[in-house]
Parts: sequence; C-alpha cells; structure tokens
Amino acid sequence: MFTAILVMAGIAIVLGLTLGYAAIRFKVEGDPLVEKIDAILPQTQCGQCGFPGCKPYAEAIANGEADINQCPPGGEEGVRKLADLLGREFKPLSEEHGVEKPKSVAVIDEQVCIGCTLCIQACPVDAIVGAAKQMHTVVEPLCTGCELCVAPCPVDCIAMVPVAETVQTWKWKYPVVEIRKAA
Amino acid sequence: MIGRLFKFHGGIKPDAHKNESAGVAIRKAPLPPRLVVPLRQSARAGASCIVAVGQKVLKGERIGEPEGFLGTAVHAPTSGTVTAIDSCPMAHPSGLDTPCVVIEPDGEERWIEHATPFDHHTATREQALAWLRDCGIVGLGGATFPSHVKLGRGSGIETLILNGAECEPWITCDDRLMRERAADILAGANILRELIGARELIVGVEDNKPEAVAAMQAAAAGTAARVVAVPALYPAGGEKQLIRVLTGVEIPYGKLGGDYGVQCFNVGTAHAVYRAFIHGEPLISRIVTLTGNCETPGNWEVAIGTPVEDLLALARPRTDTDRYLMGGPMMGFAMPRLDVPVVKGTNCIISASPRLFPPAPPEQPCIRCTECAKACPVELQPFELYWFSRSKNFGKAQEYHLFDCIECGCCSYVCPAHIPLVDYFRFSKSEIWAREREKTAADQARERFEFRNFRQEREKAEKAAKLAAKAAETRAKLAEAGPAEAPAATDAPAAEDPKKALIAAALARAKAQKAEIQPQNTDNLSPQTQAEIADIEARRKVLEAVAATPAPQAAEAAAAPDEPRP
Repeated sequence: MFTAILVMAGIAIVLGLTLGYAAIRFKVEGDPLVEKIDAILPQTQCGQCGFPGCKPYAEAIANGEADINQCPPGGEEGVRKLADLLGREFKPLSEEHGVEKPKSVAVIDEQVCIGCTLCIQACPVDAIVGAAKQMHTVVEPLCTGCELCVAPCPVDCIAMVPVAETVQTWKWKYPVVEIRKAA
Repeated sequence: MIGRLFKFHGGIKPDAHKNESAGVAIRKAPLPPRLVVPLRQSARAGASCIVAVGQKVLKGERIGEPEGFLGTAVHAPTSGTVTAIDSCPMAHPSGLDTPCVVIEPDGEERWIEHATPFDHHTATREQALAWLRDCGIVGLGGATFPSHVKLGRGSGIETLILNGAECEPWITCDDRLMRERAADILAGANILRELIGARELIVGVEDNKPEAVAAMQAAAAGTAARVVAVPALYPAGGEKQLIRVLTGVEIPYGKLGGDYGVQCFNVGTAHAVYRAFIHGEPLISRIVTLTGNCETPGNWEVAIGTPVEDLLALARPRTDTDRYLMGGPMMGFAMPRLDVPVVKGTNCIISASPRLFPPAPPEQPCIRCTECAKACPVELQPFELYWFSRSKNFGKAQEYHLFDCIECGCCSYVCPAHIPLVDYFRFSKSEIWAREREKTAADQARERFEFRNFRQEREKAEKAAKLAAKAAETRAKLAEAGPAEAPAATDAPAAEDPKKALIAAALARAKAQKAEIQPQNTDNLSPQTQAEIADIEARRKVLEAVAATPAPQAAEAAAAPDEPRP
C-alpha cells in the first residue's frame, strides 16, 4: 500500500512539473480570442458600439461585457460571423447603437472649410490631410466612413456620400430562382 | 511532322453555328457619327486621359496613357474632334459607366506619322515590350490581358501556341482572320515567339474550320511553324485546354502556362502585333462577328469605340430579336443596353431570339447526378461548388477550387435540372473578391488606427519630457541665482515648485518697479478732475468684480481647442 501511495505521488509530481513547465513554456501572450473578434470587426473605429474603437469592443465581447450586436458597420453579417465564432445565437443589430448603412465616405466641401483642424483630430485613421488655416481634404480610399469627423466641424462642411459602384467593384448578383407558373 | 494530340477532361459539343457568318469576307464597317472610346477597356486596367475637349486628334493618336502595371495605351480610332470626355456606359454585364473619350470623326482618316516599323531585332526587350504597351496591344481572345505583361520574363518558354481554336459557337472572327490574313498572323506570331524566346510555334485550329487550317498551313509552309487541327470539342480554345491538347502538359491549380514553358496567344493578338511592329499601327480596330437572328450575318472590321447599335444596323437583326449577347452564347453576357461601344475584347455580337435561344426552363433541384462533373474541363465538381455558392459558404467553395473555374458554361449546358451553375460561380467569385477587398481595407484601417494611437502616445510623452526638461532647467537657474535674487522663493512650497518661485520673483520685481514709478500726471490736479478719477476707479472696480467670476471658465474654454483630444 505504501508503494502505491509513493507511485501515485511520484506520478502526481512528474505530471505537475510537466504541466507547470508547459504553462510557462507555451504561455499565450494576450487573449487570442480578442484578436479573432477584432479580425471580424470592420475597423471603422467609429465608436457606435459604445467603446473607443474596434479593439476595445473586441475585448469587451471577449470579457462578456458587451453583446455581439452592437456594431452597425459590420452589419448583420458581422453579427453572424461573431455568433459563429463565439458559438452564440444570432441576434439582430441592436437599434440603440445605430442602423446598418451603405458604405459611405466623408467628403469635405472645400469651398466652406475654414481649416480648423478639428476633423483631422477626430479622424481615427488619419484619412484627412490639411493644416491650420489651410483647406482640408479626405483621402477617399483611406476613409472608413465612421462619421466621427462630421460632428466636430464648426461650419458643417463635411457630408457623408455613399460610395458608388464602379466596374471594378461591381458584383454578380445572386441568381434569382424563377417561380414556376401555376398550371 | 504531326505530333500526338492529347485529350482534356470533359467538354461538350454544342451546335457550332459557324456557317451563318463564316461565308462572307471581312468587310470594313463604316464609321459611325460618333465614336465612344472607353479609357478603361476592361474591368481590370484603365488609362488616364491626355486629350482635351475640342482637341483635334489624328487616327492612331494616343488619347489615354497606360495606368498601372496592367495598363495599356488607348488610341483614337480615326481622325476627328474630341467632343466630350464623359462617363458613358461600358460593354460590361453591369452596364455601369466608365470614363470615355467621345470623338466626332471628320471622315478624313488622317493617320499620325507611323510609317516607321519597329524593329525588335535592334531594340532591347524592354523597348519592344514598351512598344506593345504603347500600341495598346491586349489579348483579343476576349480576356483583354495586356500582351506585354504576358510576354513577361522572356525566358524559360519553349513553346508558343497560337490559339485559333475559336471553340465557342457562332463566333467566326478568328476563322475569317486566319483565312484572309494567314501570312500576317504568322509574321506577328514569329515576332511574339522571338520576344518570348520560344523555339517552337504551334498553331492550334479546331478541325471544324478546314479553310482556316488550309490557309494557315499554306502560309506556314517552309517555316518552322506547325499548324495543327485539333478536334472540335468545346472548350478546346481555353488556354489550359489547348495547351493540354497540343503538348500534353497539364497545368495544375494556381499555375500558368508560362510556368511550364508554354505560352498561348490568340491569332487576333498576333495580327495586332504584326500591325504594331511592321506597320507601326496601334490597336484601333478589331474583327467583330455579327450573327444570330439577323438578315446579313458576317464579320466586320470595326473601329474600337463604335456604338453597338450603329454596328447592329449592318447585320439587320430580325424583328423577333429580344436581346443581344456580347461574346459567345456560352461565356458571353446579355447586354443591358445597346449604346455601349465596342471594346478590344468584343469578338462577337449575337442577336438572340426565343427561337434560336429558347428561354431556359425553370431551375429544378440538384439531384447530384454529376453530369456537370463529367463535363467540367478543369475537373471540378460543379455540383459541390453549387451547394456551397448557394448557401454562401464561400470558404468551402474556395477549398473546392472555385477559382479554377473558367466559367466555360459546360456544366450549365449539361445540367438536366437547368441550374444556371455559372451564374452561381460568378456570384461567389465576385463576392469573395469583394470580401478580400474589404478585409484588406479593414487591415489597413486597423494599422493606421494603431499607428495614430501610438503617435498620440508618443507626442504626449515627448511633451511631458519637454516640460520636465524645462522645469529642470528653471530649477537649475534658480539654484544658480541663489536666494538673493528671490527672497520669496525660500518659502517651502515655492522651493518645491520652481515655476511658482519664478512667478513669485517676477511679481516681486514688478511690484518694486511699480512702487518706484510714481504717476506723474496726477500730482497737480483740480479737485474736480480728482473726483472724476475717483468715480472712474469706482466704476472700474465694479466691472472687475463682475468680470472676475466667469473669467476662469472662459479662459479654460479658450484653452480647450489647443489641448490634444483624448
């Protein structure tokens, strides 16, 4: 019986050491779940979810502090992907956080711009160029359409313009199944 | 020398319908009253406009400068005046607009100075490729891939294949071109062969075009080029399929012919190369087959930019025509509108009627009969791809090699359930591309956002460091000056904060100065003036008292915009 206890204790010590070593050796830096959630989010950094950027929202989702339906730019599809990733039920976008809109970009009316730099400070992705008392302009391909620059503008010269479809971005439509006529 | 021919998987034999349009010689289409030349000849690459409205242009004058890696130049198809540079609908299934140069022909057809042929023997390879790009030479088989890119590296290519298979039903433009201009095609092919450094030149022509085979063989007699009649089996004209049939090389997933020492060019492209090198002419016209439900089908040499509706008048479509297809019936698309111009990739316009092209019966459920897999020339499993595309399971579709699909339409053709399989695949492909674009954009946005945050942090740290340095400097100064300069600075709190000490010292100095300077003009005043001054002082005091209360808030508000936002 004494041997049995010794053997069990020995195994426990060996396994414990192995596990302890593995915990240090294979330690995962940061939370991989946050990265995965962040990869799904659209990176508009608009803050409509109530968090200052996509990463904080991803962290909040991972910690269970936020729901998965708070990202209007990601749309229903984004919610679906998050639901898939986290193994939760799909739920429609929560209305208090906004509605899904077609992709738009900010356009500065350059005649009206007074060069106050407030929009430049507001832009989360550095998509606006200009300097104090100089005209500003939005670099269209970089704009994520977060609308954060619209509110600070003191002369209301920023408008959100939906992105038009071009030959390069045009998509084939989902084939429509014809319903057979009743005989 | 007749080499062994190989077979590719699947394929179908639809009715060829070549005889309708193949009998008549190529005619030159009359110039329309207005040419609309798209600066973007395909969805892939564009050109930047280098002419202005009102400018007179000559035939062959460059109007668009190539843009980007895949760009090629665009030229004026005739002499005339630029009347507009505007967005016009493009010959594309979307019918969306693209920037176009509208030219009103003057009917004189005056050429630019172009008499000097380009000698590719004396020029370097780079010059020759640049010449191809500047002549706007693209693949005329339909995909309009720029030829100078395809000629690419110029090494490791053993065999150049000239694609004259023209496997798609109804189209006969390459057939007629080979019958009538065989020598020119071979001359162009030899230039291509030399540029690409290939030893061997094989011309593959489907055996349902005996006249074209004979003409090409006659032209090739005595040269090293081989003209081979390949069995007519759609899609033998697909690049990988033709390479397989002629050389037996099977090109795997994700690779190109060039990786296996074989490169493929269309006969029309070879002809355009001949015109560009021997005659110095850019690509400004092409052969277009007008066929289908019309009175006078045939092939026409059409200036690029001719509106389709002007062109159709030449073929006189019958009254029961209900739609028009651009390209062949297998891979072409129904044109959403007819005011679109002919582009470099337009090989055929078919007038379709319900009699010739009966509307497809309603789609029925897939029963996994695998007819489509048997017909697929790239050995895919279209029924699986169909299920994945239908359920928008794009990841799985890609796993089943959706992007190997050449959209030849064999699967839809054989499907007993009449499922428009290719439409599903096209939908999936464009959806995946769109997602990839979005993903890249999101990744870039994340990177920019993270860099911005990093920059703001850095700026904050730099500012704090600067302030600390300044404070240290002041402290050092104070210590140097000693207690004599600022007696007030010996106080405990002031010693802690050198800034406060400095202010206190300055205040003390100012006070001393003020005490020294006595007001001079108030010494000998009348009592009346003194009373007036007292009155003013009293009022000022009241005002100061009023202003003192909101003043700190106002100062804060004024300072706020200068502060970095959180």
